[in-house]
Amino acid sequence: MMRLPRFRYLAPASLPEAVKVLGDLGPEAMPLAGGTDLVPNMKRRQQTPANLVGLRGLAALRAVSGDAGRGLTLGAMTRLAEVERGPVAAGWPALARAAATVATPPIRNTATLGGNLCLDTRCSYYDQGEEWRRSIGYCMKREGETCWVAPGSDRCWAVSSSDTAPVLCALGAEVTLLSRGGERRIPVAELFADDGIRHLSRRPDELLTAVHLPPVEAGQRAAYVKLRRRGSFDFPVLGVAARVRLSAGGTVEAARIFLGAVGSRPQEARAAADFLVGRRLGDEEVIREAARLAAQVAKPMQNTDLTLGWRKGVAREYAARALRELVG
Amino acid sequence: MEAPLVTLQSGPREKLRLAFAVNGEERELLVEPYKTLLEVLREDLGLTGTKHGCELGECGACAVLLDGELALSCLVPAVECGGRAVTTIEGLRDGPELHPLQAAFADHGAAQCGYCTPGMIVAARWLLDRKPDATRQEIADALAGQLCRCTGYQQIYEAVESAGRVLRGLPPLPPVVAAVHGEEPHGR
Repeated sequence: MMRLPRFRYLAPASLPEAVKVLGDLGPEAMPLAGGTDLVPNMKRRQQTPANLVGLRGLAALRAVSGDAGRGLTLGAMTRLAEVERGPVAAGWPALARAAATVATPPIRNTATLGGNLCLDTRCSYYDQGEEWRRSIGYCMKREGETCWVAPGSDRCWAVSSSDTAPVLCALGAEVTLLSRGGERRIPVAELFADDGIRHLSRRPDELLTAVHLPPVEAGQRAAYVKLRRRGSFDFPVLGVAARVRLSAGGTVEAARIFLGAVGSRPQEARAAADFLVGRRLGDEEVIREAARLAAQVAKPMQNTDLTLGWRKGVAREYAARALRELVG
Repeated sequence: MEAPLVTLQSGPREKLRLAFAVNGEERELLVEPYKTLLEVLREDLGLTGTKHGCELGECGACAVLLDGELALSCLVPAVECGGRAVTTIEGLRDGPELHPLQAAFADHGAAQCGYCTPGMIVAARWLLDRKPDATRQEIADALAGQLCRCTGYQQIYEAVESAGRVLRGLPPLPPVVAAVHGEEPHGR
């Protein structure tokens, strides 16, 4: 049986207390939100923080305010089951859909939006029990030297596996990071770095407190499609998020496309988005060319489920599916 | 004088006081922070109906209701459960009568090896509490986090559908297994 390693548990009663604790303890502490990613990782000794800062008592992190016209602010502890429904489903259905594809119903009842953004990166050489990892001499991401996916590599190629992250990037959402020194608000895309180990720009003394969805614009359409082996449980092997603004005549005025689970952070498909601007989505030739361009940013490695060659080939088809959903 | 840094904290080897409601009964005990709700239910409170499966959130065998919501007890540190209400398979119903879900699982042969059954029934209860007239698809969606490695999903879906009918005051679905063996169904 796998028990959690020992840790000191702290339960601050207010946000100022929480960021004081995180500031004092620095990298020795990790915030505990829903725990559905951190707890299994701790059981497998992938993450072993000496201190856990439980956020359950912080009602401010559950607040939801705003609407489609003004934009919506979701407290970071908003559960994914709530993101599936309510104001998000009404105004930003692509985000609701992404949340609804995460893991399983009991996990979505517990897991939070902030936690899904801060999800640890994943890799088939890392998401293993302690004994298994010890038997290969560990890996670069934890305790070892080598990246077993690319043994000559000087970087870790663990995969960003969040379903909500690519959608929030495509929507142009922002997050607030709070620390003792004050708060900063950054685009979600800037929360992520292209490194499997240091994959978040969040500092250890910072707490991700809120996610801000921009107002829904006239002609806005967004979609998210997810590839995985099973219809439930599985992390994405590929996620395609696309957001466009269409003119009254149906021409694309603005576009943003992000691919998830094919890199250490959501990958922006800028050439594909630029190609779409000024064109009409109803034209299948346009969709095919944009999908071809989008698939070029997918650089999958042999470190997730399903075979590499097939995953490379299917990226174009999944990008096309996401774009076809925008035609509606 | 400065206010205390945190309201609640423990050293790595200290226990914390946990007061919560388990199956309607107020319980108070001291728990190590590293213990999950599953471990406290089984080891400290003797409620072994909730099962240890994968222990990583990948199977659903440890499902309980936490404040009425389906949750995985293997992923929740027990110290985070203060003031909350937990319902386990043992608390499905007071008294000697079977809950309609228990009767339907028996009548429809919805338990094979039985290891997933407590989690399945708790998950089905979570669904039927909200939607006793759930469709087959809604049942499948609600149970999408519960693995049955005997792969007996068909009978499980039938049992949940039948229990939903009983909860709505309708007769249960004909129990296929009882018909074969000539047994008197529990749901009647």
